[in-house]
Amino acid sequence: MDAATQSPSTTLHSSLRYKLISFIGPEHVHAAAPADAIAGVQPKVIVSPGNEREVAEVLRLSNEAGLAVIPRGGATKLGWGNPPSRADLVLSTARLNEITEHAWADLTVSVEAGCTVQKLQETLAQHGQRLALDPLWPEKATVGGVLSANDSGALRLRFGALRDLIIGVTIALPDGTLASSGGKVVKNVAGYDLPKLAAGAFGTLGVITRAVFRLHPLPHLSRSFSIATAMAEETRRFIHTVQNSKLAHTALQARFETGAAPEVDVLFEGTEAGLRAQEAHLKELTEGAGVTEASPDIWNARHSLWSSLKPELTALAKFTVLPAEIERSMETIAKSASARHLEWDGVVQATGIGWLRLEGGAKDLCVSLLELREQFERRTGSLLVLHRPAAMLSIDAWGDAGDVLSLMKAVKQQLDPKNTLNPGRFVGGI
Amino acid sequence: MDARTLNELRAMVDDRGLITSPEELHTYECDGLTNFRVMPRAVLLPASTEQVQKIVRVCHRERIPFVARGSGTGLSGGALPVANGIVISLARMNRILEVDFPNARAVVEPGVINLDVTARILYNEFFYAPDPSSQSICSIGGNVAENSGGAHCLKYGFTTTHVLGLEVVLPDGSLVHFGGKTLDAPGYDLAGVFVGSEGTLGIATKIILRIVKRPECVRTLLAAFPSTNEAGAAVSGIIAAGMLPAAIEMMDNLAIQAAEAAVHANYPNCGGLLLVELDGPVAEVETLMTHVNEICHSNGASEIRVAKSDAERALVWKGRKAAFAAMGRISPNYIVQDGVIPRTALPKVMSEIERLSQEAGLRVANVFHAGDGNLHPLVLYDRRVPGQEEAAEILSNNILELCIAAGGSITGEHGVGEDKKKMMSKMFAEPDLLTMQRVRSAFDPLQLSNPTKVFPTPRLCGEKPGEYAPHPLESAGLAERF
Repeated sequence: MDAATQSPSTTLHSSLRYKLISFIGPEHVHAAAPADAIAGVQPKVIVSPGNEREVAEVLRLSNEAGLAVIPRGGATKLGWGNPPSRADLVLSTARLNEITEHAWADLTVSVEAGCTVQKLQETLAQHGQRLALDPLWPEKATVGGVLSANDSGALRLRFGALRDLIIGVTIALPDGTLASSGGKVVKNVAGYDLPKLAAGAFGTLGVITRAVFRLHPLPHLSRSFSIATAMAEETRRFIHTVQNSKLAHTALQARFETGAAPEVDVLFEGTEAGLRAQEAHLKELTEGAGVTEASPDIWNARHSLWSSLKPELTALAKFTVLPAEIERSMETIAKSASARHLEWDGVVQATGIGWLRLEGGAKDLCVSLLELREQFERRTGSLLVLHRPAAMLSIDAWGDAGDVLSLMKAVKQQLDPKNTLNPGRFVGGI
Repeated sequence: MDARTLNELRAMVDDRGLITSPEELHTYECDGLTNFRVMPRAVLLPASTEQVQKIVRVCHRERIPFVARGSGTGLSGGALPVANGIVISLARMNRILEVDFPNARAVVEPGVINLDVTARILYNEFFYAPDPSSQSICSIGGNVAENSGGAHCLKYGFTTTHVLGLEVVLPDGSLVHFGGKTLDAPGYDLAGVFVGSEGTLGIATKIILRIVKRPECVRTLLAAFPSTNEAGAAVSGIIAAGMLPAAIEMMDNLAIQAAEAAVHANYPNCGGLLLVELDGPVAEVETLMTHVNEICHSNGASEIRVAKSDAERALVWKGRKAAFAAMGRISPNYIVQDGVIPRTALPKVMSEIERLSQEAGLRVANVFHAGDGNLHPLVLYDRRVPGQEEAAEILSNNILELCIAAGGSITGEHGVGEDKKKMMSKMFAEPDLLTMQRVRSAFDPLQLSNPTKVFPTPRLCGEKPGEYAPHPLESAGLAERF
């Protein structure tokens, strides 16, 4: 907060504020309210540029004035990562919400960063297509926010992450540069693949203003199946059997919670004949052991972890493990959480990416999170804290970035040398 | 480079690890694009990551530019040596270090041949999906540099989709690890930036690959159309019906003739030939194959065949794979081009190519990855006829400009390298290129790693697209370049 109070607030309130207002209109520059705070850090002003040129100009002016800028889409994941070391200006992409081109016959879409995922999906569905991604809170989450946070759900097993779906990007850099890379075609190797750099960069390198995605057809039909597994070994065997089979499943996840046996879910998409055959094949593989048709709601398991959240008694984390160690990760979690008398529930996908909720005393949460991180990192995985009680904000959200941290800092230095964008929120203090 | 430095390098590798004699250096003066040639000062063949690090540290200290090289099959001059620089060949680092079936990963050294990965894991019903046409001779390290594609990337994605982690020697000799066996490592996706950077950001010494379970069945259909327009309409129909085939390939009449002459693939003689491959569970594939059949019929296909056996399927692919090399049967010289267009622009771009071809008085054969709009026009000419080579080069460049104008790209899989540097400023604006250069500076502030490639630099003489020389394996239809 020291740095924030040292920032030239008088400049912001007089000459810079005047410039911003005259440039993008008084109705799009507002004083920040307490609700706009980012992990407890209070910004001064909310600015909503109307096009990417304006985004670049707001960034340039802020950068010149030494202000810290927090890019914001739907604000659904604004608490993820570490609290910013400074926050002056929130740059909202709310007005950049157009779907500029749905080239449905080419299976691509160009969309502005502030468009919500739901609006995008509704438009694509008119031509029987989708962005093959199931992020959290699609009704509010924006394309830019989902990209920056690299959010992905169960569909990732089949379709990959945003890095695999994005084919072009435009970003505004703190010096006012608007830079595009990639393009509008799926297959393209001209120049560096900066769409992948922007995806998951947490808004620390530039502000995404536009993205181009490759699309997939909506499935003709889909069916979900669940199997209740009595013990970890059975869970492991079932996941292994399905993964090692010739089934063409779209998603596969294990749900687990305190005091209950894990349930494993499988999603199939395809034609009626294809699905019938896959169902038969699945039952054959598992010798019919308790495979039941399930409601598609099971694929919202990740969303459910955020329901009835008790902010001061809950921790939420994303973790990654080796795909063959899913049941092991659930056991690790159970062991650590029960030793601290914590309640837990979570979901882990066949890709080895899981989400975990822990409930209990703040101190116990802290100990358990750090213990789990240490155990996952030892087996090449990671643990990213998404939510922790306010008293525990000092726990690093990210964990170890390995031997590549200094190179990451060099990339940051090249694109955002004054540390204007989201300072302190990313890995290793970036 | 002085004798002392050369001796220092010599001491780092064994006797087989250093080449300095002019006759041996000739092998390394170009890659698959043979019209650019530069003699390197020396070629180093390290056998370990440590040796690569030592060599690069010397280069860094002495400011010697270096170019990493795999099998040298690239088609854009990416592995072209830099004057007064050295070439670091990774050919001796060719071990498959680990196959991890439970996690569906393989860890390989950069010199491993693409097809050898699949060969190693096939017994357990796995394969490595990216299938660049030169896959029986090209290396994984080269695939990483170029982000290689192949016919089946329509469904399975490119090299970048399948590289999960990298061990990289940075241009200052330090060793770093991007990504890993698990997904979403904390921090920037530097593996994503590195793949496809054409050797300009450092040298990969270890690569963690994703391997894929083989589908239950594969079906390949061949459909003959009056012209590429009808064939293109059928492709649109397949996409509009919500299908994502494993591959959709198209050839025009000239390409068919050449392929027939070369490998007798028994293709129907038609104006536009479509090859559609579906894979997955049998019931699903059979259902969708019926749809594809109907769509081809309703778009005017005169003949439709489904390969009845693996042997028939192999023959169908053999013809397609030999297509580039087969041009030698119908033309003394030719240029292979690699442009991309939004697929829907195909009829317009095809008629423009036809117009340009007639204006130039040169034939153009067309081979496409039709599913993703990747065109490989082959500009045929005869060097012995005065002016034809220049005319072919101009025509080839004009075709790329058509691709850019249609909203596409100057390269879908061959890379920019030396060949298309000049075209980069036509595809990207100055701020776009400067931003890429800033990223490069974070990796290689001294610009030592393949320094003269990818980005346009002011030059005294213009870059020109080069004639294509098939690899002997290709001419035999055993390997392919798409």
